[in-house]
Amino acid sequence: MPEILRAKIDGNPYILPMFRFANPNRFLRIGKGIMPWSAGLSILCIGVGLYLALFVSPPDYQQKETVRIMYVHVPSAWMALFIYSSMVISSAMALIWKHPLADLIAKASAPVGTGFTIICLATGSLWGKPMWGTWWVWDARLTSVLILFFLYLGYIALNNAFDDPARGAKASAVLALVGAVNLPIIKFSVDWWNTLHQPASVTRLDVPAVHSSMLWPLLLMAFGFTFFYVTILVLRVRSEIAAAKIRNIQLAEARG
Amino acid sequence: MSEYFEMGGHGIYIWPAYMIATAVIVSILAHTLHTMRQRERHLDLLRRKRRGVDDGDEV
Repeated sequence: MPEILRAKIDGNPYILPMFRFANPNRFLRIGKGIMPWSAGLSILCIGVGLYLALFVSPPDYQQKETVRIMYVHVPSAWMALFIYSSMVISSAMALIWKHPLADLIAKASAPVGTGFTIICLATGSLWGKPMWGTWWVWDARLTSVLILFFLYLGYIALNNAFDDPARGAKASAVLALVGAVNLPIIKFSVDWWNTLHQPASVTRLDVPAVHSSMLWPLLLMAFGFTFFYVTILVLRVRSEIAAAKIRNIQLAEARG
Repeated sequence: MSEYFEMGGHGIYIWPAYMIATAVIVSILAHTLHTMRQRERHLDLLRRKRRGVDDGDEV
């Protein structure tokens, strides 16, 4: 191998360290073990959750039947925040320790987080119309979640904006970290500003203000969504590892 | 039965909410599986081609 090319490959934080200290094969092995369980539990939780949400849980005394939108709206809002948080953590790990698997986990999470943010915004709008009389208000909670949506899109765009995946990963990791300021703003927006949006009912410090007939479908849907995220994460990281291996082979062939 | 689907007049908001959620979740899953299979097939092909050319140089 020509010396100059070897130096270039050694200097590339993406290719070789992957095989040096982050073991993709180990991830693939663990993932293979987790996958059937996370997929099965996801189907089970969402199935039972949907049954309870649509057939068993009572209509709300104020919101009547529209309260059923809560069982997709609230868990997807939780997921939107949870997935972004996990992207912040793995981006920080990727920047500090140059762990390529951490980059891949952040990258694999972004489309799932985007999806749950879309669900959250769309179902919120469909809930807002009958309850507030409007599809949308520019208040702190709704606006900060819309900003979260754009952060996800920005992350994906930036990640794909470079020919060199390592540079894309680095740039988008920085964006993910900067965007982390938005997370407490979303969480506390209903306490800090006047809003139409109701405050947290489940994650209160005292007893949750939700009856168990509503809490169970809510939690089951949330667990189902979480297991769905884990399943997709395993599959997408596997997919990214395959893409990295394809790049390595193509690079080696270009070298001759 | 149709009374159930009407949900006290709010069915027009409730069912689209569930349909959008289903559509998004299913398309994430479909896109993920599609891309993964495509890449793994491509990788498989490259490896076999390479093995054919220079006698099993594992990457």
